[in-house]
Amino acid sequence: MDVLDLTRLQFAVVTIYHYLFVPVSICLSATAAGFQLTWMRTGRDKYLHLTKFTGKLLIVTFAVGVVTGLVQEFQFGLGWSAFARFYGDVFGPTLAIEGMLAFFLEATFLALWYFGWDRLPRRIHAATIVVVAVGTLLSAYIILAANSFMQNPVAYALDPETGRAHLTSFTDLMTNEVVLAAFPHTMGGAAMAGGGLLMAIGIWRASADTAFRTLSRVGAWTVLIGGAVTAISGDHLGKVMTAVQPMKMAAAEALYETTTSAPFSVFAIGELGHDRPFFSIEIPGLLSFLGTGSFSGTVQGIDDLQASYTALYGPGSYVPMIPVAFWTFRLMMGAGILAMALAAFHLWRMEDTRWNRVVPGALTRLLPGFLKPALGTPAWLRRFVLLAPVLPAAANTFGWIFTETARQPWLAFGISKVSDGISPGLTSPEVIASLAGFTLVYGLLAIVWYRLVVHLSRQPLTPSVSSSEEPEPVPSY
Amino acid sequence: MITFWFAVLVLAWVLYFVLEGFDFGVGILGPVLGRDEHERGAIVRTVGPFWDGNEVWLVAAVGVTFAAFPDWYAALMSALYLPMVLILLLLAIRGAALEFRGKHDSPSWRRRADLLLAYSSGGIVLLWGAVLGILVDGLALRADGEVTGTGLARSLGPLFSPAAGLGALAALLAAILLGATFLSLRTTGPVRRRARDVARHTATGGAVALLLIGFGTGNRLALAAAALVFVAGLQARRNREATSFAAVAVTVTAAVVAVFTVHGDVVLRSTLNPAWSLTRESAASGPEALKLLTVAGVLILPGVIVYQLWSYWVFRRRVASERVAS
Ligand code: HDD
Ligand code: HEM
Ligand code: HEM
Repeated sequence: MDVLDLTRLQFAVVTIYHYLFVPVSICLSATAAGFQLTWMRTGRDKYLHLTKFTGKLLIVTFAVGVVTGLVQEFQFGLGWSAFARFYGDVFGPTLAIEGMLAFFLEATFLALWYFGWDRLPRRIHAATIVVVAVGTLLSAYIILAANSFMQNPVAYALDPETGRAHLTSFTDLMTNEVVLAAFPHTMGGAAMAGGGLLMAIGIWRASADTAFRTLSRVGAWTVLIGGAVTAISGDHLGKVMTAVQPMKMAAAEALYETTTSAPFSVFAIGELGHDRPFFSIEIPGLLSFLGTGSFSGTVQGIDDLQASYTALYGPGSYVPMIPVAFWTFRLMMGAGILAMALAAFHLWRMEDTRWNRVVPGALTRLLPGFLKPALGTPAWLRRFVLLAPVLPAAANTFGWIFTETARQPWLAFGISKVSDGISPGLTSPEVIASLAGFTLVYGLLAIVWYRLVVHLSRQPLTPSVSSSEEPEPVPSY
Repeated sequence: MITFWFAVLVLAWVLYFVLEGFDFGVGILGPVLGRDEHERGAIVRTVGPFWDGNEVWLVAAVGVTFAAFPDWYAALMSALYLPMVLILLLLAIRGAALEFRGKHDSPSWRRRADLLLAYSSGGIVLLWGAVLGILVDGLALRADGEVTGTGLARSLGPLFSPAAGLGALAALLAAILLGATFLSLRTTGPVRRRARDVARHTATGGAVALLLIGFGTGNRLALAAAALVFVAGLQARRNREATSFAAVAVTVTAAVVAVFTVHGDVVLRSTLNPAWSLTRESAASGPEALKLLTVAGVLILPGVIVYQLWSYWVFRRRVASERVAS
């Protein structure tokens, strides 16, 4: 690998890692706020315990998000200094505003919330966690807007002298049609990731405390609702992408020729080349529907797009890695659908869902035996409970790999190539050293994070000793 | 506008180095001042609610550097690639140690977290100090604002210069002083006493060293710093903990401001050719971006400062080491 590929790999590893934890933080802060507000309304201890428990998970996950996010802030200068020079005007203010607006809120108010249980009046204390949840949404929106600029550059003008991009309107940057579509999609994905984690812990610990059963139900619903949002917004995102980056969506289907009523293959075996794959399961017209909203719509093929891009941007290959695009797109959807299925199954099998109380009477007598709702969580689900958080996390990762690699060779679509963005002086040994360092430290972080989550879940939810006995020392200032 | 943003940027870096400086110092001093598990726990709790908010000043400082002076950001990060990566790795370890320490009860877990915290804090302080030293010296920037070289030495090389070494030592001294005075302000009992002793002795030693450097080089700033550090030591001896902390904070502020303004308009000196140095004007971003930044900054930053002060007020009580760890 040359220094360019190494730098791309390094960026991908570090960013994907950040995005394993961030969606969980986004979801957990909202869930903790929800539990606390429910507790204040109902006064039931169960919700207080769940608030505190979710809060502990949040703190641990947030810490990983923070230290890996810090790295992100430096990344654009470390490996991509040419990019930072050319797009500093667009990117810099966006990141700075994110930091000033969102990160200060999150960091300060999370600490106020976590350490402030007996220091703040009840309502103000509850407000702090709501602020944290809003802060995470803000930071997600702003950073996605920055990313959407790379997918679909808007609100800039190229300086004729220096060739640099200058920002023309911040409002336009923030209302890029790509970010409007990507935000609900990623937030749905975040709900699935966090909900999956809560559902898994709830199922695993169900016998320890009834509150854990509530947790698993809340988690499963979060996965389901998040999944619905993700699927609906994903459909919309696909249409936007077909309009702004037709090559990406053609690559997603390995569609070489421009086709009317293009099918969507659920699965394929064989080369994804010009010849039809050796075996594939296709749904007629679905690709046309995903891309254009009509089953008989026309989807442009890779060959035509390559020809028109060559005419537009000069000679060169504008085709991304087809198998990566094809498979990551399917794996994203597949993993997400599986996660939803798991959540739906779990809700179905929990004894006291309303569904199981109302429906059994008449309906189940009519169903064939194997469909009759058996009750209780089956042993296999308990054994494979880790799938609940792992599947959405995988879907998120595949989604990003698809988004970012199928944008190749562009860094910012249509205006600058990845090869023009790298730091000109960088040497391979430096990148290898940093890649090794991050892999090692991040690997250890993941292990410790996992062990802590397991440890925290094993603790009894009801604290055994009250902490009110501690002496209250004098103020220091 | 450019001068204004340069001032904001220096302010953000100053706040970062002062605020995170004390929590680095607390991290370094933890195993030294805390004789047992409870004391060390109390020491870590003095910074528990603050360190993340402090660290966001780094996010802000880097963000403002990128936003207002993209060329400066690009040159600095790419030229100091490995030192920055090292700082980030150590910050990651440190953040995890701080946040994870209290989440597990086993003594060995906590001991390991304390040691990791101390070593990573020390390492980061040395590296930041070295980077500030390098800023004073300048880098081998070419006309395109990049440094070239081969292999690891390209970006690690500058760390081994006398300026970097001096910077590292000064930063360590400053962090220990900030940490010790902060701890004496925020704790009770034996930890408070020991922290005060450390502050006193370090201040005396530091003042003498600064005095020697000041007279040796004729640097008036070093003399002023010596005086301030001496005052800090004196105040610590007299149990005036707040003024003692303030004196150290002022010293650090002055030092950081000095580093950013030694070369006047030049923000990053090229050691190869003065014409290739980055100046405030040449590194700045376009007027539209600066205007946007100004609007955002004026609207947002005062609020940030207010709620951060509020959080310091909410957690104003001293942390007692006699408290049973919960
Ligand atoms: C749990 C996660 C998850 C699930 C179940 C899905 N996605 Fe997704 N998808 C993401 C998580 C995700 C993501 C990680 O959030 C991405 C990466 C970039 C982005 O904006 O969202 C993404 C990107 C992404 C893109 C590319 C956007 C771009 O290039 O900017 C499209 C077209 C879709 N998705 C479409 C879908 C469809 C039609 C789905 C059908 C069910 C679907 N996604 C399920
Ligand atoms: C939202 C803010 C983001 C920005 C501004 C951003 C920016 C970039 C940049 C500058 C590159 C390097 C140039 C390139 O290779 O195209 C890149 C590559 C990449 N990013 Fe992103 N990224 C963002 C989010 C993410 C996330 C969240 C992930 C994954 C979870 C991700 C995955 C990748 C991958 C896999 C690559 C390598 C693509 C390749 O080189 O083929 N990105 N991104
Ligand atoms: C590649 C570009 C990215 C950069 C420069 C970046 C930067 C950062 C930084 C500096 C932090 C730490 C904040 C703190 O100290 O409190 C952070 C955390 C966070 N980031 Fe990112 N990030 C990137 C990608 C993303 C993406 C793609 C998302 C979501 C869609 C995201 C959402 C968040 C959230 C919600 C947090 C706070 C929660 C947490 O720390 O876990 N970031 N990020």
